[in-house]
Amino acid sequence: MKPKILIITGYGVNCEAESSRAWELAGAEPVRVHLNDLLDRPVQMRGFQGLMFIGGFSYGDHMTSGHVFALRVKHHLREELQKFIDDQKIILGVCNGFQTMTKIGLLPGLNGEYFEPKVSLMQNDCGHFQNFWVNLKFDAKSPCIFTKGFDTMPLPVRHGEGKIFTTDKTVIEQIESLGCAAARYADAAGNPTKEFPANPNGSLNAIAGLCDPTGRIFGLMPHPEAYLFPENHPNWDVQKLNGTLSAQGLGLKFFENGVRYLKG
Amino acid sequence: MIYRIEIGLKPGVPDARGRGVIGRAKSALGMKIKGCQTRDVYKVDADIKRAQAKAIQMGFADAVVARSALGRLKAPGSFDWMLEIGFKPGVTDNVGRTARGAMADILGRELAWEEQVYTSLQYFLKGDLTREDVLHLGKDLLANTLIQTIQVFSKEEWLTAEPDLTAPVFDDHPEIKVNVIELPDNDAALMKISSDGILSLSLEEMRVIRSHYLSDAVKAHRAELGMPVWPTDVELECIAQTWSEHCSHKVFAGTIEYKDAETGKEEIINSLYKTYVKASTKKVAGKIDWLVSVFTDNAGVIKFNEDLHLVYKVETHNSPSALDPFGGSMTGIVGVNRDPMGTGMGAQLVSNVWGYCLGSPFYDKEIPSGLMHPRRIRDGVHDGVIAGGNESGIPWSRGFECFDERYLGKPLVYCGTMGTLPVNVGGRPSERKEVQVGDWTVMCGGRIGKDGIHGATFSSEELRTESPAQAVQIGDPLTQRKLYEFLMEARDLGLYRCITDNGAGGISCSFGEMGKYSGGCECELKDAPLKYEGLQPWEILVSEAQERMTLAVQPECRSAFEALARKRDVEVSFMGTYNDSGYFTVKYDGKVVASLDMDFLYETGCPKLHMKGVWKKPEIPAPEKAKGGNRTKQLRQMMGRLNICSREYKSRIYDGEVKGLSVVKPFVGVNADVPSDATVMRVEYNKDRGAILAEGINPWFSDLDTYHMTASVIDEAIRRVISVGGRLDRIAILDNFCWPDPVQSPKTPDGEYKMAQLVRSNKALYDYTIAFGTPAVSGKDSCKNDSTRGGKKISIPPTLLISSIGQIDDVKKAVTMPLKEAGSLIYMVGATKNELGASEWNRMLAEEQGNPWNYGGDVPVVDAEAALAIYRAMNKAQDEGILLSSHTPSKGGLAVGLALICMGGGLSADIDLSKVPMVGKRKLKDDEILFSESNSRFVVSVKPGNFARFEELFAGLPVAQIGTVTAEKNLIVKGVKGATRIDTDIESLRKPFKKTLYGI
Repeated sequence: MKPKILIITGYGVNCEAESSRAWELAGAEPVRVHLNDLLDRPVQMRGFQGLMFIGGFSYGDHMTSGHVFALRVKHHLREELQKFIDDQKIILGVCNGFQTMTKIGLLPGLNGEYFEPKVSLMQNDCGHFQNFWVNLKFDAKSPCIFTKGFDTMPLPVRHGEGKIFTTDKTVIEQIESLGCAAARYADAAGNPTKEFPANPNGSLNAIAGLCDPTGRIFGLMPHPEAYLFPENHPNWDVQKLNGTLSAQGLGLKFFENGVRYLKG
Repeated sequence: MIYRIEIGLKPGVPDARGRGVIGRAKSALGMKIKGCQTRDVYKVDADIKRAQAKAIQMGFADAVVARSALGRLKAPGSFDWMLEIGFKPGVTDNVGRTARGAMADILGRELAWEEQVYTSLQYFLKGDLTREDVLHLGKDLLANTLIQTIQVFSKEEWLTAEPDLTAPVFDDHPEIKVNVIELPDNDAALMKISSDGILSLSLEEMRVIRSHYLSDAVKAHRAELGMPVWPTDVELECIAQTWSEHCSHKVFAGTIEYKDAETGKEEIINSLYKTYVKASTKKVAGKIDWLVSVFTDNAGVIKFNEDLHLVYKVETHNSPSALDPFGGSMTGIVGVNRDPMGTGMGAQLVSNVWGYCLGSPFYDKEIPSGLMHPRRIRDGVHDGVIAGGNESGIPWSRGFECFDERYLGKPLVYCGTMGTLPVNVGGRPSERKEVQVGDWTVMCGGRIGKDGIHGATFSSEELRTESPAQAVQIGDPLTQRKLYEFLMEARDLGLYRCITDNGAGGISCSFGEMGKYSGGCECELKDAPLKYEGLQPWEILVSEAQERMTLAVQPECRSAFEALARKRDVEVSFMGTYNDSGYFTVKYDGKVVASLDMDFLYETGCPKLHMKGVWKKPEIPAPEKAKGGNRTKQLRQMMGRLNICSREYKSRIYDGEVKGLSVVKPFVGVNADVPSDATVMRVEYNKDRGAILAEGINPWFSDLDTYHMTASVIDEAIRRVISVGGRLDRIAILDNFCWPDPVQSPKTPDGEYKMAQLVRSNKALYDYTIAFGTPAVSGKDSCKNDSTRGGKKISIPPTLLISSIGQIDDVKKAVTMPLKEAGSLIYMVGATKNELGASEWNRMLAEEQGNPWNYGGDVPVVDAEAALAIYRAMNKAQDEGILLSSHTPSKGGLAVGLALICMGGGLSADIDLSKVPMVGKRKLKDDEILFSESNSRFVVSVKPGNFARFEELFAGLPVAQIGTVTAEKNLIVKGVKGATRIDTDIESLRKPFKKTLYGI
């Protein structure tokens, strides 16, 4: 049985095509459901094993990114989401989806609290949107099921509000001690960095992706679904000549990890 | 009841937005601000209790980083001034609209129409500033007073002021009425009617309209309907929109007496469009089998594979962008998105392109009053297209900028969109357009307001001081995205029969155009959803409010269509039906307010323009030759020049990778920081066949001869596609003509010359699209790019953008421009000629010599036969995979081309100019070889082991090995006599290249 993944669409999120493709390639069955249709019948969530909040500009990023989408989800889907989490299903958020998840409170989801926001994704230090490729370093000790076995990986960033921030030091300490900072922005040598452009937004502790303490809920700013083809990489032309071109885009590995987990 | 909500960041949370204001004030205005804290204000106008308002306040703020208050949030501890910027009544407030939706969710009920949210932004400023400084900051950097309001408070004033609880409600309630306009037999009176109403109708047109209404047939038709003899304002407006230069392309449709004073030859040209543009495509169409729909629809359609067609359109949005760069350009991009969306049965959107012709952002002379500084225009234009593209989820793939002070008066803002159309929709060819009698006339998407009224007629005029502010529209990408997704769903469910977009002229154009398919249309204006009350019937008809599409819906599909629209939160209005009456009939509250003969309106009515063009070759002196022989310093300098330097800083703010289909991106190389010749993308996830986009533009060649300018930009657009591996036999182009007014008149005394330039450009378009077999499949012209603001006439140089769309069988075979491997050989393909006229080199010399316009010389020409032979050989070489890299030099010639391929590859090139293939009466000098911008050339590198095969493929062509690639990271060029001409490390080239526009 292919695991079924729910992809919520509508209201300005826009990575549905490549996100669907990623899950398909990984061996899952993605189903796109418009937010309004989901809110009409929240119980349909029970037929899915995974949920993805995709990237885009939900509500045009008005009133800060992910805010209004999160407000609606929180108002109408709270019970079903809690059940989804309790049933040990998986949730992935990318970029705007990650922003939405932090604004709902799904991440970092400390102490089993999934509806109390603890961190925010704020405007990049450079003051505007950025699109280029970064190098990510993954925490080998993180419980994150999506990043299992990863060391480093190049991925594109495309966001204006990606800086993880909170004024509450204990939250960051807890995130660090529980291994929730699954992915960080790193320099070419693989060392986490605060320096622009390797760190595109000035994120606290160079955090690019967060998971909850169970590792089943994960969000990150860079876009793994935009690296499904080896030719997505900006240097594929050189890689092709020197024999380092991967057979498939490396971003696919996140989705394969998700499916592997669901298949047990 | 109005509640005020103020939201600010908590202490200790960095305010990136405020920091941005400080940086921009310093760099753009030279203003020193010590501190800036920003806050969001929402004025909630709703029938709610205070406790509900409190809940809305809590819901609106991000509790992790922000604090908020109902009423006044405590002012920051230290500030000197408070600047608040809000919208004027009736102006699109996108954030307010989203907040309204959030409010409905928090309240858990549907909102009444009047219940609204209005937003504004506060800036708490610290620094040694006067009230005038703060006003200057507001007016000249942060707000556009055409659409926004500015309030300035000193600290004392702010601390004592009562919170402002007024909302910018559009509260104008004029008497709604339809005026009848008598057209007297008096020229002055007729022209007064035209100019007072911003109708832009000429005297001849006013006369034709007058005669039409006096004809017996029209009188009888009107008597039958109980209509007045003379036109209603609704009718006159509708005619004016339809006949505007913007909509009916009168310059391209008119008759021209053309004389070539060089040869003495005279001819009469009956429509440039029919004679050259359409005729050439028709001629090419006879030899190829991949044209699907050309010129008849909103965008051109060509075959891609057995499942999909490609759809491509490029538009300009110049006048609105001059008045409000942000709103105007955003409307440009979301507006052109609707062209493919309204082509055939509706296309899926794949990629955006943009390009701007602007004054220098560093312009330091006086700006004529009424015009904005080019830097401000540039920032606004970029921001608008960035917001429109990013929020729509469509990646950009091409972008360019040309800088010249003649664009100070009117910036050119090109926006384009490529899409895909399934070959069949609902079992019939998707490009076919049909409407049946009895189908519903449906408008869907945004509501109608005063925005964009007279956009079409206004853009058909020069920019005058009194140009109307309401001609500006502000795009709403979110509403359009919802509309787009809904339409794709409805299309695949077969819920409509026909679709087109609402652009210039609003529904006055789109309803009528759709009515042409069935033979008539009738609609009721009262059924149109409005943004606010107080719109006159004519305003509803011609408003260019955004995000609207017009459809024909089969009667049996109405309920399913409406049900889906409700589920997708998209407004649709069934406003009438299509018929075959031959009339476009408009009612208001049941009463007929317009009934226009469609034949008169669209086909026979509009009188043709009669124009003259006289060609005489201009005499433009060439600059003096440069002294000395080593060009290392000049090349470094040239890399930083405005029209050569890197555009990466602004480009990185655009999303180029959503959809994950990109293959050759706009920037390539080991550091991804040199521009690619063309971009390559997949269009489907499960296939390796790709689309290629590129362009050619060179307004400076126009100064010497628009014929060769046109030939050159067509060649550039084509050879860029060839360079990355595109098939020569599958290239189509789009033509976008932006011209200064070419009609001779007292205010345009050189109209005959400008017309001759337009004629010559069209002749070249005809000659070269046929010679290359690359048909023009869509295009647009804009022929009034002049400004008289501030009492100074500024006309743009004749500017032709050629956008090319190519195809590649396997994207994995695409070739990029950077050098790849030490030890490979560098070949020059194509002949270099002594063609320094209007080149970057001559323009640099002319500027240095104090005569900036003296950049004459021989303009590059195109030998199509020679070019074709090269392009065929290039196709073979790429197909066999023997090219490691390929680059086609353009602005800056071979020298800049070599610099770019070295920088891109992080490798060295050792070049010997004596080997460069040349054509000419005499041997070329080093400067001529280095900097001539000759067409149809490539610099390629080839792997050892493939040399023999490469030379075999190019046997008989002007090709030679000119150097080798080494690992050192230098560029070394030896002249024809062996002297060193360039010797530099590549970082010394990269640095100036990246510095000029970094952070600007």
